[in-house]
Amino acid sequence: MYALIDCNNFYASCERVFQPQWQEKPVIVLSNNDGCIISRSEEAKALGIPMAAPEFKIRTHLKQHKVKVFSSNYSLYGDLSQRVMGIMRTFTPNVEEYSIDEAFLDLNEIAITNHHAYGQQMREKVLKWLSLPICVGIAPTKTLGKAANRIAKKYQEHTGGTYVMDTDEKRLKALKWLKAEDVWGIGRRMAKRLKAKNILTAYDLIQPHWHDWIKKEWGVVGLRLKMELEGIPAIGDGAVPESKKSIATTRSFPKQLTDYDLIRERVSTFATVTAEKLRKQNSCCHMVIVMLVADKHSIDDPKYHYSKGITLPFATNSALTISTVAVQLLKEMLAETNTVRFKKAGIIVTELIPQDAKQLNLFNNEDPRHLALMKAMDKVNEKNGKRIVRLATQAAKTWDMNQKMLSPRYTTDINEILTVQCR
Amino acid sequence: MPVNSNKPRLSIHPAETDSLIELPLFTHGVSAGFPSPALDFMEYKIDLNKYLTRNALSTFYIRVSGHSMINAGIDDGDLLVVDRSLDPADGRIAICLIDGEFTVKRLKYTPDGLLLMPENPAYQPIAVTDQNQFVLWGLVTYVIKKII
Repeated sequence: MYALIDCNNFYASCERVFQPQWQEKPVIVLSNNDGCIISRSEEAKALGIPMAAPEFKIRTHLKQHKVKVFSSNYSLYGDLSQRVMGIMRTFTPNVEEYSIDEAFLDLNEIAITNHHAYGQQMREKVLKWLSLPICVGIAPTKTLGKAANRIAKKYQEHTGGTYVMDTDEKRLKALKWLKAEDVWGIGRRMAKRLKAKNILTAYDLIQPHWHDWIKKEWGVVGLRLKMELEGIPAIGDGAVPESKKSIATTRSFPKQLTDYDLIRERVSTFATVTAEKLRKQNSCCHMVIVMLVADKHSIDDPKYHYSKGITLPFATNSALTISTVAVQLLKEMLAETNTVRFKKAGIIVTELIPQDAKQLNLFNNEDPRHLALMKAMDKVNEKNGKRIVRLATQAAKTWDMNQKMLSPRYTTDINEILTVQCR
Repeated sequence: MPVNSNKPRLSIHPAETDSLIELPLFTHGVSAGFPSPALDFMEYKIDLNKYLTRNALSTFYIRVSGHSMINAGIDDGDLLVVDRSLDPADGRIAICLIDGEFTVKRLKYTPDGLLLMPENPAYQPIAVTDQNQFVLWGLVTYVIKKII
């Protein structure tokens, strides 16, 4: 059996751990730059506040219903996520972290007499230790585990937050209930094609007469998915790669940018952050890619996504090198297009290798002083908590990220921990 | 393995190996000629993280503001180590949530119910009743003071 655990309204729930006065009240969390709604408490959902809505569009609605609004606090969410995963490892060593708020647990090597009770123990432990509500779905395959979790969450009053799909009867009932588009692994495009064929539920999908169509149109991925729905595990472990094969830093701009200097500043900053991420995991990258997204609606040109990459003669994690290369790529990209308004940029580095496996190249090597400089820069920045040492290309500091409603970093910064009044 | 509905039998705690603060137990001052006998012992270090944090997953640090617990050795500005995995008991010092507000008090079980006891005669005990929204958030395991 596999369990899929996920945290309910994770970001909104995290905000309530240290600010419990917002329990049972409408709470939402905004994306980077306080743009769109990315998490809603149950109470906020009940008010009809839509997911992904831009905050400014529904501001009056939020005020009217006294909805508590938070900027996203990824330091807090990341720490609490790691704690949830740690708690899961007390139930089985075989935990696959699937996303910040979801994990698959392989329960096959553990003798459990009562799966429902085991799932409830997980819920109770996470609730007691962290004040975070989770739901647990347990089933013979990961795909069915996802479905079981959906049932656990949707019918929480009935299931108590844990649903175990342990008989064929339950499985078939669930498959008839589950829409094909909601099956784990079915993307929007595939969902459309299924709908065109009148395959509407997960149950339709496993009908024998669709077998050949799935095989032809979808290949081995589709057949695996079908097997999973039939209760035969076909998606192995390690669906999530162990170490990151690429690192990306992408952000939307708070407003559309046309000015080269400002775009360059952003690209350079993202490059610096990416280089820092590389150094943190002791990796170097061989390839740097810059991407730019134009505002779809502001141009006639149907192309709005631009990217350009380069393979370096040596692997690096120097902010200087990556930033210089990225700015060069940006210049080339801008020279090739007439688009002037952009709303998003990003840096992606790939072909990662461990820092200590870095090969020396006979002719093209990085200035060895970079390494020492980066070390010194990291040290100063770490000590001061913020990125006070920057590259000159980052000098056009025309804005900071909009985070007007950011909560304290309760678990990761000693200066921001919770203070309790001894009254 | 049978599973008791209250307590998980299986309890695998990951080893905490990435602590940040380590104080060397031995320092050696011999610099030339004679090899320091203390070098053999250098692998032993006192790790305050391990000592103060029995369960890293459920431990949080909280700052104190105010004077209601001074007789329990908890002063204004002290740092509390709070473990949420521990079960409450009479006499323990706990972080409580009462009517949506955090407070630190000593738990006292009485026939009439739970009392939250301050440790300063200038403050009044708080009786927890059905009217209160009460959550026991965690137990205080250590108090860290700054002396200088």
